[in-house]
Amino acid sequence: MTLYQRRRLINLFSLGLSLAATALALSFLLWILWTLVSNGLPYLELITFTENTPPPGGQGGLANAIVGSLILTAGGILIGAPIGVLAGTYLSEFGRNSKLAALVRFVNDVLLSAPSIVIGVFVYEILVRRVGHFSAYAGAVALALIVIPIVVRTSEDMLRLVSDTMREAAAALGAPQWKIITHIVYRAARPGILTGILLAVARISGETAPLLFTALNNQFWSTRLGQPIANLPVVIFQFAMSPYDDWQHLAWAGALIITFSILILNIVARSFLRTRMSRY
Amino acid sequence: MDTMYRQTTESEQGPAQPAAAVTEMTAPAARAGKVRVKDLDFFYGRFQALHGISLEIPANRVTAFIGPSGCGKSTLLRTFNRIYELYPDQAARGEVWLDGENILERRYNLNRLRAKIGMVFQKPTPFPMSIYDNIAFGVSLYEKLPRRRMDEWVEWALDKAGLWGEVKDKLRQEGTQLSGGQQQRLCIARAVAVKPEVLLLDEPASALDPISTAMIEELIDELKADYTIAIVTHNMQQAARVSDYTAFLYLGKLIEFDTSENIFTKPRETATEEYITGRYG
Ligand SMILES: Nc1ncnc2c1ncn2[C@@H]1O[C@H](COP(=O)(O)OP(=O)(O)OP(=O)(O)O)[C@@H](O)[C@H]1O
Ligand SMILES: [Mg+2]
Repeated sequence: MTLYQRRRLINLFSLGLSLAATALALSFLLWILWTLVSNGLPYLELITFTENTPPPGGQGGLANAIVGSLILTAGGILIGAPIGVLAGTYLSEFGRNSKLAALVRFVNDVLLSAPSIVIGVFVYEILVRRVGHFSAYAGAVALALIVIPIVVRTSEDMLRLVSDTMREAAAALGAPQWKIITHIVYRAARPGILTGILLAVARISGETAPLLFTALNNQFWSTRLGQPIANLPVVIFQFAMSPYDDWQHLAWAGALIITFSILILNIVARSFLRTRMSRY
Repeated sequence: MDTMYRQTTESEQGPAQPAAAVTEMTAPAARAGKVRVKDLDFFYGRFQALHGISLEIPANRVTAFIGPSGCGKSTLLRTFNRIYELYPDQAARGEVWLDGENILERRYNLNRLRAKIGMVFQKPTPFPMSIYDNIAFGVSLYEKLPRRRMDEWVEWALDKAGLWGEVKDKLRQEGTQLSGGQQQRLCIARAVAVKPEVLLLDEPASALDPISTAMIEELIDELKADYTIAIVTHNMQQAARVSDYTAFLYLGKLIEFDTSENIFTKPRETATEEYITGRYG
C-alpha cells in the first residue's frame, strides 16, 4: 500500500467516524423532539392556555403555570441582566488585565458551572426559610443567580469584540470614558449583549431545581410576588410523576411548550447575532 | 545634526517669514511652530520607541512623517493628543508645546487638548450610528446646539470633507454602510467638525483606492488654510505631493527634517536618500 493510499484510507475512516458521531447526536435530538411532539401535541388545546392547573381527574390547562413562568423569567432577567452587563463592562472596559478582574472572571466561571440545585438550596436558606414561606421573589432571585454569570461572560466577550480603534477614535474627539462606553461601545456591542441575554432567558426558562426550593408551585392563578407561584418546570415535574393520566398529558403539553419556546428563542438569538454583529 | 532642530525651539512665534527667506538650516522652523516637540522619549512598557525627538510643526502647513515600518511615526502622532494614555503601560517623557503650554504636563486638561488636536486613523472607524450622529456626537461634546444649528454644522463639516453631495439624502443611514473611502472622509468630517487647530492623520489613505486617495489629498490641501496638519504616509509620491515639510524617522530617531522639496530633491543624510529612493532594505 502506498503512502498516498494509506492516507486516503485514514481520511475516509475518520470522515466516516465523525459523520457517524454527528448522526448519532442529531438522531437523539430528533428523537427527543419526536417524543415530545407525538406525546404532547394531542393534548395541546386552547384550554391548555386558558384554564388553570386542574385537580386530579378534572379538566384544566396550564395558564397559571405559563404566566408564572413568564413572571419568574422576567424577574430573573430584570435582576440578573443589569448586574451581569455592568460586571461585564467592568471586566472589559476597566479591569482588563488587573488582578481583581482575573479573580472576578474565575469566580464567575465557578458560578457559571455551579449546579442549579445548589443555587436553589442557597436561596431557600436565605430567602425562604428566613421569611417563612415560598415566594415568586425567591424564585426570581434564584433564576437571577443563574443569569448573572452567563450575561457577565457574554457581555465581556461582546464588548471586547469592539475594536480599540473605535474607543481611540471617540477618545480622540475628547469624549470622556463614560460617554465612550455608553454611546459608542454599548451601541456597537448591543446585538451581542442582547443575544447573551436571550440565551440566558432560554437557559432559565427550563430550570426546575432552583424553583422547587423557592417559588414552589401554586394550584391557583396568582401574580403576587410575595406568594408561591405556579411555573411550567415544577408543574411538569409534579404532573409527570403523578399516577393520573390527565396530569401526565398536561405534563407532555407543557414540555412541548417549553422546548419549542427555547428552540425558537435560540434560533432568534443566533440569527440576531449573525446579522447584526458582523458589521463592526 | 541633532542641534539643528533644537536651536530653533526657543525662537518665539513671530510672523511667518516670506518663503524666500527660508534658508537651508532653519527651513522647517521658518514659520511659527504650532506644535513644538522637545527631547521626546516614548515607552511601550520597557521598550523605548522614540529617542529624543525634537522638532517644530509649522502652523497652517502640512508636515509629513515618513520612515520604514515600525520607526515610530504613529507613536509620535499619538503623543500629540495623549491618546496613548488609554493604555496604562505606555508613557511619554519630554515636552510637547502647543500654544505656549506643555501638553504632556499632567494638569493639562485632556478634553481641551483633544478639542484642539483632532486625529484620523488608518482604518476608517465610523461610530455605530447614523452619518448625521457620527458628526453630531463630537460637536455635542462641546456645544449644546438647537436642532437647526446642528443641521447647519453637520452640513458644514460634511461639505468640508467633500462628502456632503454624496450623503445629503441619506444622513439617517448608518455610517458603517458607506464605502471605505466615504467612511474615511466621514471620519475626517467628524474630526473637522469639532474645529480643532491641529489635525493628525495617520496613513489616512492607505486602505483606499486611487480616486478616494486623490479626493483626500485634495481635501488636505484645502484644509491647511485653517488647520495645522501632520500626516503619516508610506507613499513617497503622496508625501511629496501634499506636504510642505517632511520629517524622516528611523528606529525611533528623527534623522532629517526639512522642506519637502529639499528632502525629496537633495536630502542631506544618506539614510534619507536611501529610503526615499527605495534602496532601503
Ligand atoms: N502597543 C504597542 N506595544 C508595544 N510596542 C509597540 C506598540 N505599538 C508599537 N510598538 C512598537 O513601537 C515601535 C514604533 O511603532 P509605530 O507603530 O509607531 O511604528 P510606525 O512607524 O507607525 O510603523 P507603521 O508604518 O508600520 O505604521 C515599533 O517597534 C513597534 O513594534
Ligand atoms: Mg503606524
